[in-house]
Amino acid sequence: MLIQKYAREINLGVKNLLLHKLRSFLTMLGVVFGVGSVIAMLAVGEGASKEALDRIRKLGSQNILISSAKSIEEETQTNTRILMSIYGLLYEDERRIAESFPSVNRTVPVKEIRKQARLGERSMELRVVGTTPNWFELIQRPIISGRVLMQRDLDERGNVVVLTEHGVRKLLATKNTIGQTLRLGSEYFEVIGIVQSASVIGGDIQTPDQEIDAYIPVTVARERYGDIFMKRVAGSETREKVELHQIIVQVDSTQNVEMTAKGIEAMLKRFHKKTDYKISVPLTLLRQAEATKRTFNVVLGSIAGISLLVGGIGIMNIMLASVTERTREIGIRRAIGAKKKQIVLQFLIETVVLSTTGGLIGMGIGLLIPWMITLLAGMPTVVSAYSLVLSLGISMGVGILFGIYPAFRASNLDPIVALRHE
Amino acid sequence: MMQSPSSNGVAAYLNDVHKIYQMGMQEVKALAGVSISFETGSFWAILGPSGSGKSTLLNLLGCLDRPTKGTYVLNGHDVSTLDDDDLSDMRLRHLGFIFQSFNLIPQSTVEENIQLPLYYQGWDPEESAERARVLARMVGLEDRLSHRPMELSGGQQQRVAIARALANDPAILLADEPTGNLDSHTTIEIMNLLRALNQQGKTIIMVTHERDIAEYAKHRLYMRDGLIETIES
Ligand SMILES: Nc1ncnc2c1ncn2[C@@H]1O[C@H](COP(=O)(O)OP(=O)(O)O)[C@@H](O)[C@H]1O
Ligand SMILES: [Mg+2]
Repeated sequence: MLIQKYAREINLGVKNLLLHKLRSFLTMLGVVFGVGSVIAMLAVGEGASKEALDRIRKLGSQNILISSAKSIEEETQTNTRILMSIYGLLYEDERRIAESFPSVNRTVPVKEIRKQARLGERSMELRVVGTTPNWFELIQRPIISGRVLMQRDLDERGNVVVLTEHGVRKLLATKNTIGQTLRLGSEYFEVIGIVQSASVIGGDIQTPDQEIDAYIPVTVARERYGDIFMKRVAGSETREKVELHQIIVQVDSTQNVEMTAKGIEAMLKRFHKKTDYKISVPLTLLRQAEATKRTFNVVLGSIAGISLLVGGIGIMNIMLASVTERTREIGIRRAIGAKKKQIVLQFLIETVVLSTTGGLIGMGIGLLIPWMITLLAGMPTVVSAYSLVLSLGISMGVGILFGIYPAFRASNLDPIVALRHE
Repeated sequence: MMQSPSSNGVAAYLNDVHKIYQMGMQEVKALAGVSISFETGSFWAILGPSGSGKSTLLNLLGCLDRPTKGTYVLNGHDVSTLDDDDLSDMRLRHLGFIFQSFNLIPQSTVEENIQLPLYYQGWDPEESAERARVLARMVGLEDRLSHRPMELSGGQQQRVAIARALANDPAILLADEPTGNLDSHTTIEIMNLLRALNQQGKTIIMVTHERDIAEYAKHRLYMRDGLIETIES
């Protein structure tokens, strides 16, 4: 081991550093804060990006999300005379996608309607999602009671609804709500099942499901509510005709995701005159987030590099002063028979001990700060082992890099001159 | 390595040694052809006016410098052309230094100071500590081992320096004005110690400018303008 090989030199170095405790401490501060801030910043960055990556993963790296969106031309048109804007995904689109791409496992249509829900005395507005059994295969939430939608419901066009746990709670219902009648707008539905809600922690990037949802067969949604919606924007009412608000496509493997997304885009382009849809691929977002994280790490690395550079220069400065101050000592050691390389080693090890000690203290600070951030601000932080190993290695490296010049200066002193030094 | 003509009984042997310093355009002949043998077990005093080349001669004898020209054989080894590392090794194995200003390492204890040559020889710490104790006892400082130099009187400090110079059992003990910083009483003490060491067989070469100090030596060498002027035996 290195430590054993240089035990005597390290011992000597520690003794010399302890001789000037305050000076040694102040000298290592640069490295302390350099290392401390590197670890802390990496931990915060790692925590934040882990959270973002987790959110994107929740959307499913095998999924492609296609949403209806007014084309840009229409969006910028100020012609208020348009009585109704017709845009978005079609029922046909879902069928075509499901049939055209062998890599597609399943497609999930989503028809979103906001409706007033009423159960007994209670009433609240919620999102009604017209979909198919595939929804429940894609977003697997535990069934709390009853059952989820089945193909039969779609075929028979039964007025059945599946609620989420939170929705049920808001409506002051219990498990016994199964079989009861829920009014959605002007229609009556039989509650057939309750599933667990999406977790709220999901934050701003949406998982397809929400805390409070009412799922009904898409065929029923179409028949009962139609495709035309009223939209109130800045006092004036506009009407919109949208068949499907979203189609979620699940691909058989992540390798095929991007290719399939391209294929779908080409297909939609062929069948839609306007670009009235938006395709988003979580996998691409994931890749972008990872790239952003890498950039972030490079920026952090540079900041860390600069602070360690400043710390290193501080150490070098003090070591040069120390060499001057100890010129006589160097002369004595040389006269007694110390070789140049032994003088180099002595000063180099002293610098490395200094910077490594600084690195260790900095490590403590670097562990403490993220811990406190998580504790006080609730922000997730991740201290990775590699950041600890890296900063300790770097602080030793700083010691060597900035210790070499003072050490060689010490060793190159002429012993005769050094002995005469006052 | 070249053997000196009569290596038996000769601790140091100089043949036509020159030392020339280049001061800009000017050449300073610090030594202008010195030839002399220092017998094993002898005690020499080097005298001479300031600038006569005493220190230069001692530095050469001490392997702290190399002659510009000529041969120097130390303890059977020709050291005239050795490189820096080998010169360091010669100092470590064959020489002991005593300085006017003691030159102890201030932050180290007496014990650590005495051990310094052994540290560089890579001695086992316990054996080295034991030897330091023996040497401290010899110079009468066994109860001061854990003191720092600053806590000792000048005479005591010089004894520590002598103990340190003896640690590697050198062929020659080199002393540059060893009593220059001491009062007359302590001077006598230190000179008696050196004389005792010589009587035990240690070869000593000492630079001084005081005649009465030189009287302790068995031989006296007078320098002038980089040359040996006279030798008193
Ligand atoms: N490093 C040096 N550079 C230039 N000249 C020197 C150096 N050392 C000694 N000298 C010169 O060499 C001569 C002898 O010096 P030195 O040996 O110190 O004499 P002493 O010790 O007898 O007073 C002097 O003229 C001195 O100026
Ligand atoms: Mg002199």
